[in-house]
Amino acid sequence: MTRELPYVAAMNEALHLEMTRDEDVLLIGQTVGEEHYESFKEFGSARVRVTPISETAEIGMATGAALAGKRPVVDATMAEFLLVAMGQVVNEANRVHYMTGGQLRAPIVIKAGYGFAAGWAGQHTSAPYGMVMGVPGLKVALPSTPADAKGLMATAVRDDNPVLYLHHFLLLLERGPVPEGEYLVPFGVADIKRPGSDVTVVATGWTVHRALAAAERLSDEGIDVEVIDPRTIAPLDVETILASVARTGRLVLVDQATRHASVSAVIAGEVAEHGLSSLRAPVVQVTALDTTLAYSQPMEEYVLPDEGKIAAAVRQVAGVKAGAM
Amino acid sequence: MWRIRAFEERLAQLKRADEVPGLIHLSIGGEAVAAAVCGQLRDTDVVYSGHRPHGHVIAKGAALPETMAELMGRAGGLCQGLGGSMHLVDTEHGMFGATGVVGGSLPLALGSALAARMRGEDAVAVVFFGDGAAQSGIFAESVNIAVLWRLPVILVCENNGFAEFTPRSAHTTVERVSDLVAPWAIPAATVDGNDAEAIWAQFGEMLRRARDGGGPALLEALTHRLRGHYEGDPDRYREALSSEEWQRRDPIARLQSAALARGWFGEDEAKTASDDAASTVDEAVAWARQSPPPTPELASSVVYAA
Repeated sequence: MTRELPYVAAMNEALHLEMTRDEDVLLIGQTVGEEHYESFKEFGSARVRVTPISETAEIGMATGAALAGKRPVVDATMAEFLLVAMGQVVNEANRVHYMTGGQLRAPIVIKAGYGFAAGWAGQHTSAPYGMVMGVPGLKVALPSTPADAKGLMATAVRDDNPVLYLHHFLLLLERGPVPEGEYLVPFGVADIKRPGSDVTVVATGWTVHRALAAAERLSDEGIDVEVIDPRTIAPLDVETILASVARTGRLVLVDQATRHASVSAVIAGEVAEHGLSSLRAPVVQVTALDTTLAYSQPMEEYVLPDEGKIAAAVRQVAGVKAGAM
Repeated sequence: MWRIRAFEERLAQLKRADEVPGLIHLSIGGEAVAAAVCGQLRDTDVVYSGHRPHGHVIAKGAALPETMAELMGRAGGLCQGLGGSMHLVDTEHGMFGATGVVGGSLPLALGSALAARMRGEDAVAVVFFGDGAAQSGIFAESVNIAVLWRLPVILVCENNGFAEFTPRSAHTTVERVSDLVAPWAIPAATVDGNDAEAIWAQFGEMLRRARDGGGPALLEALTHRLRGHYEGDPDRYREALSSEEWQRRDPIARLQSAALARGWFGEDEAKTASDDAASTVDEAVAWARQSPPPTPELASSVVYAA
């Protein structure tokens, strides 16, 4: 059975189901005792643990608990707060399995919101996954729909590796169909959100919906756009992207992250190396500019990708002259 | 203690001979802390360490051949040659982690302690760290949570007076690390880190209390790092101890003379123990030398846990 749920409810449903299924799953964080976690009170204060504002110790402590057999989910609230604890995010748990020759595993989920591009200015709006996606041993999930929010969370909790689960703030209240009961979305498997034959567009998170809107507009213009959502950027499903490019020969990469720390840049590199012979036009990237997001709304819009910029890029790779439509 | 001393002295030779790669931090002179702390722990008690972990690993029970092989970067090493000196782990004996980042393993010990307590076990977690780590934010964060949640964790500070190359006085006006936890009012003590008996007694008390649910404690052991910060360190920032002074302080010599005076063992037995340590280390080196380097497949196959 599938019903409509908001993204945030789908994400929490998965976590609730996992905590019910496995008593080793813990919920840890600064805000886990607040109203939005009301339904988790039933698991008790031993498993739902409110922490002080000590990001480094929270994540390190969760890692130690994971090494000892627990499966902690740390709600770090905002992706930028993780930067305070960067050493624990990218230099401890993720290296444990490798550096111990496989003796230890650290099944922790670090959950944080990102991309709150709604006037929240420079330190609450970024999409900073570019800083972590290339770090060995860490998996990174970026759900774009309520169903993926549920399925990726369940998979994250069951994964034996540290997972950074980044939910998008602007999507929290978006509704969509979500399967009931146990629902898992595999990591490293991209989803074709809209099949198409003329141009491949790869997008993540909130930009998936901007890309889908652009695709609708372009279909009226006779351009058939395929929209691919990698869903996890580590591991990254390069195969699905290459296969699509082999069919369309044209690629637009959309990313809310700053260009030089984006998934786009990584995909562009992979396609340049492994898919160049398929390309019939240069790849175009539609990313945030390499700047800090401003408080001022017109400035914010200027910096970020949007439907119009994506559509323009698609027309460009499709060889449609500007103004021809 | 003899085994740790013999192992590390041999390691220094192997480092000079280029048989051991990388960055090597020795604990020669500080063996009493590792021995008196780990000697009272069970395999189910978890230990975390930092960048100077050899003594802790050996005292926790790791086999010398596998430990030496790890330090030589061989496939037969504790961590298949992938971790090395600063990341020695031997889960079988409860040696769960060593980090190359000062203070990095402090909160991990909290997590292991929490997991043990949630399972209703009386296991205790111990984390070794240096006086340099006490100035990092992670120290204060970790102490706060350990006390707040009454976790069975004992923080053991090996205070050798130098944070890498800098004397403690250049980093803080607080002389004793044990004073840093005063506001939390947990058991905290400073002992002579070259006095194995004193460490044994003080740590034993903290251990019993933590096992019984009494919560965390901090033990500061004042030690002397006989070698530089790392092997090859010119060590120009401090004055060397005179050999007479070192003879007086050497934790092994001290324990030995105390033991002889009390009749715990005789001269012959002490010599046998010392000789055995040397031959055990010889065997470990021979075993490690015949172990091949790790195979290239491991470079990607162990990145993620399957």
